[in-house]
Amino acid sequence: MSRPQSQAEYLARLVPPSVAGLNRRSLLAGAAGTGTLLGTGLLAGCGDDSDSGGSSKDVSLGSNQSDPKPKDVLVKVTDGFKTSSGVQVAVNTVDHNTFQENINNYLQGKPDDVFTWFAGYRMRFFAQKGLASDISDVWSKLSGYSDAFKKASTGDDGKQYFVPATYYPWAVFYRKSVWQQRGYQVPTTLDQFTALGAQMKRDGLTPIAFADKDGWPAMGTFDILNLRINGYQFHIDLMAGKEAWTSDKVKKVFDTWAGLLPLHQPDSLGRTWQEAAQSLQQKKSGMYLLGLFVGQQFSNEEQSDLDFFTFPEIDPAIGAKALDAPIDGYMMARKPKNEDNARKLLEYFGGKNAANITVKSDPATLVANTGADVGGYTALQKKAAELVGSATEIAQFLDRDTRPDFASTVIIPALQQFIKNPKDIGGLTSSIENQKKSIFTD
Amino acid sequence: MSDLPLIQADRAVPPPATTTSTGGRRRRLRLLSRTDRVVITLMVLVPLLLVTGFVWLPAAATVLLSATNWDGIGPLNEIEFVGARNYSDVVNIYPPFVPAVQHNLLWLAALFVVATPFGMFLAVLLDKELRGSRFYQTALYLPVVLSLALIGFVWQLLYSRDQGLINAVFGSNIDWYGDSNVNIWAVMIASGWRHVGYIMLLYLAGLKGVDPSLREAAAVDGASERRAFFRVVFPVMRPINIIVLVVTVIESLRAFDLVWVVNKGRNGLELISALVTQNVVGEASRIGFGSALATIMLVVSLIFITIYLATVMRENRE
Repeated sequence: MSRPQSQAEYLARLVPPSVAGLNRRSLLAGAAGTGTLLGTGLLAGCGDDSDSGGSSKDVSLGSNQSDPKPKDVLVKVTDGFKTSSGVQVAVNTVDHNTFQENINNYLQGKPDDVFTWFAGYRMRFFAQKGLASDISDVWSKLSGYSDAFKKASTGDDGKQYFVPATYYPWAVFYRKSVWQQRGYQVPTTLDQFTALGAQMKRDGLTPIAFADKDGWPAMGTFDILNLRINGYQFHIDLMAGKEAWTSDKVKKVFDTWAGLLPLHQPDSLGRTWQEAAQSLQQKKSGMYLLGLFVGQQFSNEEQSDLDFFTFPEIDPAIGAKALDAPIDGYMMARKPKNEDNARKLLEYFGGKNAANITVKSDPATLVANTGADVGGYTALQKKAAELVGSATEIAQFLDRDTRPDFASTVIIPALQQFIKNPKDIGGLTSSIENQKKSIFTD
Repeated sequence: MSDLPLIQADRAVPPPATTTSTGGRRRRLRLLSRTDRVVITLMVLVPLLLVTGFVWLPAAATVLLSATNWDGIGPLNEIEFVGARNYSDVVNIYPPFVPAVQHNLLWLAALFVVATPFGMFLAVLLDKELRGSRFYQTALYLPVVLSLALIGFVWQLLYSRDQGLINAVFGSNIDWYGDSNVNIWAVMIASGWRHVGYIMLLYLAGLKGVDPSLREAAAVDGASERRAFFRVVFPVMRPINIIVLVVTVIESLRAFDLVWVVNKGRNGLELISALVTQNVVGEASRIGFGSALATIMLVVSLIFITIYLATVMRENRE
């Protein structure tokens, strides 16, 4: 290294080359590069990746059935449609949660002719906004649906916008072997339920498995308590923003829940429903209020050991006949490219053949069409179908029965707050009510 | 820096060539040729358009939308203006907002006070050419290669209350991700784990570039190692120090992925960025309300950006 000739040169040398190389220009270039990457990524994301051609021999279907099993079932059903009608179905499968989160943009952009969706408030909302098409004529050709299902498919204007395909009930699940061993009886009143929980605690079990890390499972508990204490119509009105959350009726729901919380598995806010279901499966917990999909956490041999009962009666005047049983199905986009084929496809989805294929291929769900051959149902499926069949009213689940913004940005944090601190029910309900007023403006 | 020529020698067009090509028309010495000017115009225009289109227009739209109650559905002319209602709602009736601001500040403080100095410390240690320093370097840098989303998942395996490694090894019963008093710290450890490696590498690169003769001179003058670092090496590394500082601020402001993976930024893990996403992205579509939150975040970011720019510009002027 030669000696520096001047002081300036000497000082300049003090800056290490690695630093000198990393000047603002290269930083900017890097930033621009990242920006471009992000930009193209976003643009690609916005782009319409389904190029459903306008030929009359096909129809496109946007599907949220991204899990292997339901995806496979859908392929079989669409194959059945192709054999019967000769129309090719282009299935465009998107990850379940992504599909749900992008639904607004999807429906306003270039949606597929037919798309998977849920019954409930959101379905009626899209119908009202003109983002889905009236399919009453398809319904006139369908048979095998109970009035409850037809009602669940009807928009606010009295027309049908939805074809139900499958559903699953929420109930209290338990392992028969554990209950037989300890001699537990199915409770039919809240007092019996509480006494059973206390007994389980004495026997060293966690009475009620519970998890709410993802925010939605606790909605099931709120729903069923609300349905038992205040009944179906109050549930619907509360979800529609017509009833006040500060009312004594809602406070009684939280009070009852607060009384039951000591029987629930502690530290639920860090637990996923899968982990809670495993505690039931490992015989550490006595029971678990969840949807029929709890069976996914049980091996094939254990399926026959799984049983359930509907949540017991709290108020004899209300009874125990209402329950959450979310319905999945299909809707038609506002301007389908192949409208005739889309209607044909919906008719096929609502028909017995599609239901039969689903029964044969998927033991984890129930088909909505009562005309289907359900000989292939497991004992659990049969019992679940009977339970829903005997229900006087079917609710769809809290986040399907109300505005999604209210459910996700207000109710989830509020229920988690309640689980953390069950004492301040007054403060909690008035906070929910204030936010509700700001969201339900129209 | 002030002694450096305005145009660096290798980039400037040699003056004699300029004078010959322009003949006697202009007597004034021209530093920039026509090509240079075109290139410079392009270099200014293209980024300007990109920045305007991708940064400033969306930012302005966000500020504008924050005064509406748009739900993302329907034509733009149906948007209804509600004035400052979204802002008053955010402050008065939205329970997650205050914790979110606190957590953002806590995040910044933790990275700034703990993670960044620790990363620098590790860099200084590794710079000593210890045995196996390459191994340590790789091990410490490895988390940086992982996305924060993946890091959230990896730590979930350690933190899970019922099935996690930590509770299994220590026989404890702590609900690391679920207890709202604990989870912010648990998540910051995971985030710091990555940040330390990042700072370590940045700083190590700087240290490798420091002229060894400086340290030798300090040692000859009788300075202890600690003194030599703080009085000689650290001041020389000023440019790197500023980069480290900026990286730390950026990392803490954009902290998002980790809490989103853990529990979507709820129950003790509220961050402003997560609240914006909860409201705007996804099915909720509270575009107006979410934009108000985003605008608040923009203002907070602007404070730090202003401080940074002011420092850099003052430095340039000196």
